[in-house]
Amino acid sequence: MPLELADGSRTEVVTRDRRLPGLALCAALLLVVSVLSLAIGTQSVDLSTVWHAVIEYTDTGDQWIVHDLRIPRTLLGIVVGIALGLSGALIQGITRNPLADSQILGIEGVAGLFVVIAIAFLGLHTTLSYIWFAFLGAFVAMLLVYFIGATGRTLMTPVRMLLAGVAVGAVADGISFAIRLRHPRAFDSMRFWDAGALDGRSLEVLWVVAPFIVLGAGLCLYVSRGLNAIALGDDLAVAMGGNVVRTRILGLIAVTVLAGAATAAAGPIGFVGLMVPHVVRWFTGPDWRWICAYSLFAAPALLLAADIVGRVVVPPGELPAGIVTAFIGAPVLIWLVRRSKASGL
Amino acid sequence: MTGIRGERSDGASIDFGKKQLVLRREPALALRASWRSIGALCALGIGAVVLAVLALGVGEYPVSPAEVVAVLTGSDTGFTSVVVLDWRMPRIVLALVIGAALGISGAIFQAITRNPLGSPDVIGFGFGSYTGALVVIALFGGGYYLTAAGAVAGGLLTAVAVYLLAYRNGLAGFRLIIVGIAVSAMLSSLNQWIILKIKLNQAITAAIWQQGTLTGLHWEQAIPVLVCVVPALIWLAYLGPQLPILQMGDDAAGALGVRPERARLAHFAIGVLLIAIATAAAGPISFVALAAPQLARRLTASPGVGLVSSAFMGAFLLLASDLVALRIFAPAELPVGAVTVVAGGAYLIWLLIVQARKQ
Repeated sequence: MPLELADGSRTEVVTRDRRLPGLALCAALLLVVSVLSLAIGTQSVDLSTVWHAVIEYTDTGDQWIVHDLRIPRTLLGIVVGIALGLSGALIQGITRNPLADSQILGIEGVAGLFVVIAIAFLGLHTTLSYIWFAFLGAFVAMLLVYFIGATGRTLMTPVRMLLAGVAVGAVADGISFAIRLRHPRAFDSMRFWDAGALDGRSLEVLWVVAPFIVLGAGLCLYVSRGLNAIALGDDLAVAMGGNVVRTRILGLIAVTVLAGAATAAAGPIGFVGLMVPHVVRWFTGPDWRWICAYSLFAAPALLLAADIVGRVVVPPGELPAGIVTAFIGAPVLIWLVRRSKASGL
Repeated sequence: MTGIRGERSDGASIDFGKKQLVLRREPALALRASWRSIGALCALGIGAVVLAVLALGVGEYPVSPAEVVAVLTGSDTGFTSVVVLDWRMPRIVLALVIGAALGISGAIFQAITRNPLGSPDVIGFGFGSYTGALVVIALFGGGYYLTAAGAVAGGLLTAVAVYLLAYRNGLAGFRLIIVGIAVSAMLSSLNQWIILKIKLNQAITAAIWQQGTLTGLHWEQAIPVLVCVVPALIWLAYLGPQLPILQMGDDAAGALGVRPERARLAHFAIGVLLIAIATAAAGPISFVALAAPQLARRLTASPGVGLVSSAFMGAFLLLASDLVALRIFAPAELPVGAVTVVAGGAYLIWLLIVQARKQ
């Protein structure tokens, strides 16, 4: 798009032309990583076996590994990755704070507290039985943050919302730690839950969380337009005709649904939601619709890549994906932020 | 005292701001404080003294507040004075000093990054010190001084690494935050992995240390802390009131005669020093550094985070939390960090609600 500057010269806005191919590249990357995720592992499977296991499953050779273990795991990785990426982008957009992620809103803290209660007092011990407790925790966190952040007649300002989230998460963390200390069995289970992982989850887990994530993703793409107005600051956004309060509330609901589902399915996986929106915005520019669209593909690609690395890096054991994400993502983030072009939110 | 109020031609008064106390003795001294902040500081100070007297009294061997005062004024020198002065006093003093150090450190980082979520943890100090302590616990089984040394080494290495990685033609607050996030995330993953690998009882020991605890601290541990904190505070006072100016942004600060880069580096160093001392003594007590400046700011109704009010708030918060940690499941003790997050969090929630109601 040619732009005429004040001095009469013309300049080209190049980012716009590169956005769509970039998005296609992200999608292709996700596809490649997904295929690798089906093939690579402690017992690696060649691509033709993968192909047959997906297209015409005959239960011969290594096909069962792909069919029974890797397909559920990969699908879960994609769904959870989408949820993490979109919720991270949303929360950074509605609060205008580059430090925000679902952890900051207290979602993971309260979800963790509810899981601890389930383990310590109700004696539950399977991922499937934790799910509803984690979900319940996420919604309780959202309600608390909303009511604390929105009391009085003032608009729910970003700082109030973040502080409310931090406070709620802190209270939950403290209580859950006290319970863990008094119940060593819960402590032991929680150190594995805390790491965040994709393995050992059945397809059932996927069916429980997938509808929530689809719902949340739809809501996210719907409000992403409103985020562009919020990015200008609340006053300007209102002056330009944006409905700040509505965008914030819808955004908060979407974040809760997405982050709650991701946490319920895989435990608290940090960093993906924090980092992916930062990285993609350096390619897309400040338009939140594009940031959300890129995050939709880039976040699951990162999570699956982390999961694959986690499978092969310490044979014969595995590292949980939640631990590997930071080791893959952080160096990229540091490299990107050190380029002179990188700018603040 | 200056009451800042003017008259308009139509008789209505114009508000030029809150009433303030101005102490001035040119050229060395110029202090300006709102009456609201002075009131808040007095309240926090009195609250801390009352809590301290209470805390000196409670325990396996109860001492009444009157007896505590008698010991403190020197009119009682019997066994009670041993209990109060030798057993309980160091812990109280440490709670106050460490709380103040955490509050100041938090205020510094929130001012440098100009972000209410800024805290020493932003530069990964807490995660780095936990890594150091975990390595010590996993390899050598722990021990107070060894763990403290490992923690400080880990924390300082992390701080230096973050500073160097974030430095590029100056230290932009934004880049510091992002690099801090990245390094913290890597360290926290590393910590998580170590926690998974070590035995359950070692993991619990490490988790308790990571929450931060003042258990079993005596004068031998308290004296070095005091000796280290005082020079840091003198250095801070020597720098003068640059932090409020720094919070206005680099351009405004430069125009007002503060060199942003140099001021930031000096304050960064002091902030790291204070957090290192606190971590060495009691482990990475979470949340005080994050919450105290924001709580103080809301209590004093001031526009930015303040060092003195944050220090008072931090000291009060940590002392109160320690008292709860000591008594809530008595005779079993909780790590104080588990209480600071709950108490600080609940207090923050309450303040946010009250503040909104008033508007």
